[in-house]
Amino acid sequence: MSSSTPVSSSTVFYALLRRDVRVARKELPFFLVRTIMQPVLFLIVFGFLLPKMGFMRGGYQTALLPGILAVSLALSAIQSVALPMVQDFGWTKEIEDRLLAPVPTWVVAAEKIAAGVLQGVIAALFVLPLARLIMGPIPNLTFVHAGSVLVITVLGATAFSALGMWLGTGIAPQQIGLMFSVIIAPMMFFGCAYYPWRGLDAVPVLKYLVLVNPLVYVAEGMRAALTPEVPHMPFLATVAALLLVTAIFWQAGLRSFHKRAIG
Amino acid sequence: MPAGVKELVALHGLDLDVGEGEFFGLLGPNGAGKTTTLGILTTRVLATAGQATVAGADVINDPVGVRRRIGVVPQRANPDRGLNVLENLVFHAAYFGIPRGEAIRRGMEHLERLGMQDKADEKVDALSGGQQQRLMIARALIHEPEVLFLDEPTVGLDPQARLSLWELLREMHRQGRTIVMTTHYMQEADELCDRLAIIDRGKLLALDATATLKAKAPGGTLIELELDGPPGAALDLARGLEHVTGADATDSVLRVQSAAGGRIISALIDTVERNGCHVKNISLTEPSLETLFISLTGRKLD
Repeated sequence: MSSSTPVSSSTVFYALLRRDVRVARKELPFFLVRTIMQPVLFLIVFGFLLPKMGFMRGGYQTALLPGILAVSLALSAIQSVALPMVQDFGWTKEIEDRLLAPVPTWVVAAEKIAAGVLQGVIAALFVLPLARLIMGPIPNLTFVHAGSVLVITVLGATAFSALGMWLGTGIAPQQIGLMFSVIIAPMMFFGCAYYPWRGLDAVPVLKYLVLVNPLVYVAEGMRAALTPEVPHMPFLATVAALLLVTAIFWQAGLRSFHKRAIG
Repeated sequence: MPAGVKELVALHGLDLDVGEGEFFGLLGPNGAGKTTTLGILTTRVLATAGQATVAGADVINDPVGVRRRIGVVPQRANPDRGLNVLENLVFHAAYFGIPRGEAIRRGMEHLERLGMQDKADEKVDALSGGQQQRLMIARALIHEPEVLFLDEPTVGLDPQARLSLWELLREMHRQGRTIVMTTHYMQEADELCDRLAIIDRGKLLALDATATLKAKAPGGTLIELELDGPPGAALDLARGLEHVTGADATDSVLRVQSAAGGRIISALIDTVERNGCHVKNISLTEPSLETLFISLTGRKLD
């Protein structure tokens, strides 16, 4: 019978990824609404209305844009992994057919994280032009460092996709609401997304406390790459920090997945 | 590979051996350890001790090798709801490295055999419970595994769907596939399995060909009287009644084997009441795997 023929992990990984892309394509409209709604509302109020009313100084939009991008890709990456994990392990058990695939269990988890990275990157690609559209011309925005933007986008999406794996497999399904209010909301608001990290000079305690928040490095890295005129952390420091948190979340995510997958 | 499918399962010392081409049943009540046993054999539960081999592959040292050789039908249908019916089969095949064209051909073949070819492009939710369970069987077979595992495959199905699923399983068996199934339905085990292991609380109680096990069942009709207290002396008196071939008691339940069916019930009630007990409930069970199970465990299967 054909079943005894070994299959390479990369073949299976690619098949799993094709499955996720197929499902994501069917759900694209919902994915876009979910991804775009929050940043669009934020852009309208903080990037358009408040500056128009004169409550914000002109430079704010420049500081806001990289942050909005960071939040969008981080949220999208987390949700695209955490929500299916909570559902699959919590009640639908749909993932079991993939857990029967002839590969080590970690390959299935790694593929899920990779699919989350794709969704995070796509979210960033959609939000960037939208931001430009809503806020109008953004002073000091540059695409000279497109390579750096890409590096931060991919690294940030990987860190948050892996975090999504950790949260999605570690949290009880009943507590998924709690994940948003206790983990995600504070992360967004203290992630230096809506203000540059240097702005926290005004509140030194907070300035160092927020360093545990991985979103800070995505937002600051984006500033370094997209709007270097705005005060920001050194680009390489953000890359190093993101590499570190990615490694931590990846380990934790894979371990937690394995615990749920193999009883 | 391989000459025979060998399994050695440790679950409070549960030793089993299933031969190639055999339809093997694990029969026991809920919580007996059937699903755990299946979980270990299908690499979804890590055994803390002991060893098990499926189609020559060790479940602990070579789980990937095991997964390559098995198909699994879960207790509750868990199709991939993001995909349509045919895609469920095609993608599962892809996870086993089967090229798309071949997977579609096999998938359509399976759907035709299940009488579901017109459902290929439907959403999974459009299928009935019975059809979803058939889809699960097709999915488990799409990569042509050597051993098919089914965990209580007919739980929650209506009688008609159950019968047609049985027919499907008989056909799989006729094609020479090794099948291991758990069930807590006596009739299901009786109808389908060549050989049965009766397990309870993780222990093996009996292991033999289905027909042999049935022959071992205590003779006569089993009459159970639920009393309002311990039967006391009534147990011995019941043994002395005409047509009674055996009797025993646990707590407040008096169990009597009758060679005359239910005709001794009034005499039994008389005997019990004369001893100051009252009968709260009476049940009769014809000789079957069920009576064997009761005689082995002192309780009913469900």
